[in-house]
Amino acid sequence: MGFVPRIVRCVNQNTSADCVPLGCRPWFASGDLSRPPFRLGCGGMDDSDQELLDRLRAGDERAFVVLVRRHHAALLRFASSLVDNRSVAEEAVQDTWLAVVRGIERFEGRSSVKTWLFRVLVNRVRSAAGRERRAEAAGSGFVSGSFGRSGGWAEPPTEWATDVDDRLVAEQLGRRARACLDGLPPTQRQAVLLRDVEGLPPEQVCSTLGITSGNLRVLLHRGRARVRAALDAEMRNA
Amino acid sequence: MLFRRRQALTCRRAVELMSDYVEGALSAPDRARLETHLSGCPHCTEYLAQLRVALNALGEVKAEDLSEDALEEMVTLYRQWRAG
Repeated sequence: MGFVPRIVRCVNQNTSADCVPLGCRPWFASGDLSRPPFRLGCGGMDDSDQELLDRLRAGDERAFVVLVRRHHAALLRFASSLVDNRSVAEEAVQDTWLAVVRGIERFEGRSSVKTWLFRVLVNRVRSAAGRERRAEAAGSGFVSGSFGRSGGWAEPPTEWATDVDDRLVAEQLGRRARACLDGLPPTQRQAVLLRDVEGLPPEQVCSTLGITSGNLRVLLHRGRARVRAALDAEMRNA
Repeated sequence: MLFRRRQALTCRRAVELMSDYVEGALSAPDRARLETHLSGCPHCTEYLAQLRVALNALGEVKAEDLSEDALEEMVTLYRQWRAG
């Protein structure tokens, strides 16, 4: 099963008008995405996902816009960990949103909306890809050389002298963590993204990725250790 | 009855347990063994502190902002779907 065809992206303002009927220019086309010219009835942008789903069921387009603004970027980032190609990832996320609005009546609220979105995305990608999974190098690698035969430290961690609570240092570490995420093996990246970045509960990460809790623990252990090692390199060079 | 005393953790094993430790996912005996090890091992204590910093940094990673074009694209798809 393939993805739905993508809409050809408008390349300038003139052709953009062809995509949206005259007089129906959406508020987000005004250029200021941070300040919509309307107030949503139940707390504006702070509406809970569940309230937004209720309104989406009733056909409220603005609820769809808020949901997309809230989750689209995270879905796209996660999709990029599932497939190699950026445009394929974008198509998968588009397809996910359409599947969500089509199947919204079937959402029973057993998990969070965020978890449901990620689960739909995984299902769309895997069904399209025939559940093909990329191979990943075995072994923990990253710290194996740090220990001697006895299991004690051969290369103990160096204390980070810099104050990690300093705002600039925190930003620096955040950038490094983000870059490191992109370089993790796919399965580790998926686990770390859902658990540590998106904050999904472990059992929901397992069900979304179709892995056991044991698998998840191994993936998190390895992925987190790689991120720590990347930050360690950053701090040594600071 | 035989009483088999569990061996003390090696640093390698302690590090392997730390990810579960910060999740609160260790069994009580494993947690106790790890904490005993940590109380006497400054290197592993440092590693654990750095692991926590890494987790905090991951929690601060933000996705890219959604572009206006991408949002408009999604709304157009939504309208097409609504129109049947």
